[in-house]
Amino acid sequence: MRTAACALAVALTAAAPAHAFCGFFVGKADGQLFNKSSQVAIVRDGNRTVITMGNDFKGEMDEFALVVPVPSVLTREQIHVGERRLLERLDAYSAPRLVEYTDGDPCMIARRSVWPMAVAPATKMRDVAAGTANVLGVTVEAAYTVGEYDIVLLSATQSQGLEIWLRQSGYRIRARAAAALAPYVRQQMKFFVARVNLKEQRKSGYQELRPIQIAFESPRFMLPIRLGMANADGPQDLIVYTLTRDGRVESSNYQTVKIPSDVEVPEFVQKDFGEFYKDIFAKSWREHGRRAIATEYVWNMGFCDPCAAPPLSTDELRQLGVSWVPDDISRTAPGGVPVTLTRLHLRYDAEHFPEDLMFQETGDQQNFQGRYVIRHPWRGNGSCSAASAYREQLVERRRKEAETLASLTGWEMSRIHQRMGEDAPSQEEIPWWRKLWR
Amino acid sequence: MRLPKDPRWLQIAFLCSFLLLGLTARDFPIWHAPLLFAACLGTQLACERLLNLPHAGLLSPIITSFGLTLLLRAGSWWVPPLAGVLAIGSKYALRIRGRHFFNPANFGLCCLMLLTPRAWCSPTQWGESGLFLLWILALGLAVAHRAFRADVSLAFLASWILLRAARVQYLGQRPEVLLHQLASGSLLLFTFFMISDPKTTPRSRPARLAFAAIVAAVAFMLSLRSIQNPIVWALFLCAPLTPLLDALTETKQEKPACAPQPALLPSP
Repeated sequence: MRTAACALAVALTAAAPAHAFCGFFVGKADGQLFNKSSQVAIVRDGNRTVITMGNDFKGEMDEFALVVPVPSVLTREQIHVGERRLLERLDAYSAPRLVEYTDGDPCMIARRSVWPMAVAPATKMRDVAAGTANVLGVTVEAAYTVGEYDIVLLSATQSQGLEIWLRQSGYRIRARAAAALAPYVRQQMKFFVARVNLKEQRKSGYQELRPIQIAFESPRFMLPIRLGMANADGPQDLIVYTLTRDGRVESSNYQTVKIPSDVEVPEFVQKDFGEFYKDIFAKSWREHGRRAIATEYVWNMGFCDPCAAPPLSTDELRQLGVSWVPDDISRTAPGGVPVTLTRLHLRYDAEHFPEDLMFQETGDQQNFQGRYVIRHPWRGNGSCSAASAYREQLVERRRKEAETLASLTGWEMSRIHQRMGEDAPSQEEIPWWRKLWR
Repeated sequence: MRLPKDPRWLQIAFLCSFLLLGLTARDFPIWHAPLLFAACLGTQLACERLLNLPHAGLLSPIITSFGLTLLLRAGSWWVPPLAGVLAIGSKYALRIRGRHFFNPANFGLCCLMLLTPRAWCSPTQWGESGLFLLWILALGLAVAHRAFRADVSLAFLASWILLRAARVQYLGQRPEVLLHQLASGSLLLFTFFMISDPKTTPRSRPARLAFAAIVAAVAFMLSLRSIQNPIVWALFLCAPLTPLLDALTETKQEKPACAPQPALLPSP
C-alpha cells in the first residue's frame, strides 16, 4: 500500500461549530505512510478563501488519493484544477536567496557590486490514492470530474463510519488517522475525496498531477494539519504562501519568527546554498523548541529587491484566487500593489503541533526576505597602503563570516575552515601593534 | 520575604520580566514602548491638570503602558501613542457613579484594533518555552498577595480551562491540545494583569466571581465564532457589567430584605 499524507487546509465556521478544510492523502496497497513536504497557497480577502494544494506525486496514478475535510458541500464551480507553475512561480519569487557582491580595487577606491542570485531550496509534496463506494453512514453528497480528478464530497456521522468507508474502498487507515478524523466529523464537516481519473489524465497530456484549488467563504483562517500527521513517520515540512490585502500573515496559535537574515557568509556557501539553508532552518527550528513557524518572506507583490524571480502577473494572481486587483492596475506605482505575499515554513509533528494552524492577517507591511550575502574579495596585486589595510580587514571579515556561519548553522568551525580552503582565517592573531604604525 | 504593600510594584516587576522574555524571543518589537509610555504618562498628567484633580501617582499609567507594550503590535508610528491617549483618557471620560469601568489597556487595545488594521495583537509572540515558569510565578504571587485580587483571576482561569477542556473533550481531541491552548502569553497577561484590575471589577466578591465567569463564557462563545483574541474582546464587551453588578449588589446591601443591618460594615 502506498499512502502519503498532506495536511493542508483552511477552515470555516459560519454560526456555530467550527468547520474546516483539511487534507490528507491516503494510499492503497502496502507501503510506508509518509509525506515529507508540501506546499499550499492560501488567498484570503475578508472571508473569501482560495486554497491551492500543490503536489508532485510520483507513484502510480491509480494509487493517488486526497482526503480533505471541507466546511460544506462544494459546488462544481468552487473546485478547479490549476497550473503547477503557479506554485513554482511563488516558490521562485519568495525563496531564501543568496546575494553576491564583489569588492573593488581598494587602490582605485571604487566598488562594483550587486549580482543577485536566488537559490531556491527544493520543496516537494507527495500525494496519493482514491476512494470508491459509499456505505456505513457515509453519504456521497456530490460527485464531479474536474480535470484529471474524480472528486466526491462525503458526509459522515461518525469517524468510525468514515474509516470503514475508506477501508472498504481499499485504503489502509492507521488507528491514529481514524482518531484524527473524529474532531472534523464532530464539527459536521464534509469530506472532499479526490482520485485520479486515469482516462482523463491520459487525455490531458500532463505527465504530473496539477494542483487542486478550492474557493469558499469562511470567517476562519486556518490550516488543519492534524490529519497529515496521522500518517507521517517523523516531522514533515510545509510551506504556506498567503496572499492578503493588508499585510503580513502570522500564526495566532503558534509562535511565528523570522528566519535569520541579512548576514555575510563565506564564499563557499555559494556552492552549498541548499545545505546551508536547510541547516539554518533546522537550527532555528530546534532553538524555538520545534514549535515555531518561520517567516521566510514578506513582500509587496508589486516588486522585489533583489528579484529571485519577477513578481507574479495580475493574471497569475487571479488564477491563484486574488480577486481584488483590477486587470489594468499599474504594476510600477509607488507603494506596489495591494497584495502582500507571506511565505511561512514549518516543520511539524504530532508531539509539537497538537492543534491545527490558525492564522491572522496583521497590519505589518514591512518587507522581509531570507537573504544571505557573499562578498568576493579583491584579489589584485596592488601594494598601496589601502591595499594592505584592505587585506588586514579581509582576514577579520573572513573570521566573522566563519563565526556567523557556525552560529547560524551549527557547523563545526574546523569543517568551515576546511571548506574555506586558502581563505580560512589564520588561527594566528594579528599583533595589535601592527595596526599602529603602518 | 516581605512583599511590598502596594501590589502594583509587584505587577511592574512581573511585567518587566515578561518584557525581558519577549526581548529574548526573536522579532519582539520594542520601538513603540517609549511612545506608549510618553502618551500614557502625559495623558494622565494632562487629565489631572485639566480636571483639577489631585495627583494619583504614576504607577497606574506605567502598568497600562507595560500592558500595551506587551500586547499591542503596530504597523504605523501613530498607533501606540493614540492607544495610550485613549487608554488613559477612558479613565476620566467614561465613568459611572464615580468609577471608570473599562480596563485602560484593554480599552486602548480594542479601540485601536477596531479603528485600524494597522493595530493587532500577537498572542503567541513569546513562544512556549519560558511561559511555564511565568505561570508558576504569577500563580504564586496571586495566591501569596491578597491585594492582587486573585479571586477574579482564579475564577476566570478556572472557568476558561473548564470550557476549553469541555470543548476538547467534545471534539475528541487529545489533552495536549488543551495544554497548548493554555501556553499562551496573552492568556497569562490577561488573567493576572488585566481582568484582575481592582478599579474595573465589581466591588463585592460574588459579583467579581460572576463577572469572571461571564467574561470566560463570552470569550468562549467568541472563540467558537473564530474571533481572534477572544478573551481581550470579551473583557471589552463585558466591562459595562461592572457598574451594573455594583449597582445590584450595593442595592441589596443597602436594603436587606430580612436581616438587620449590622452597626458597622466592613469597608468595601
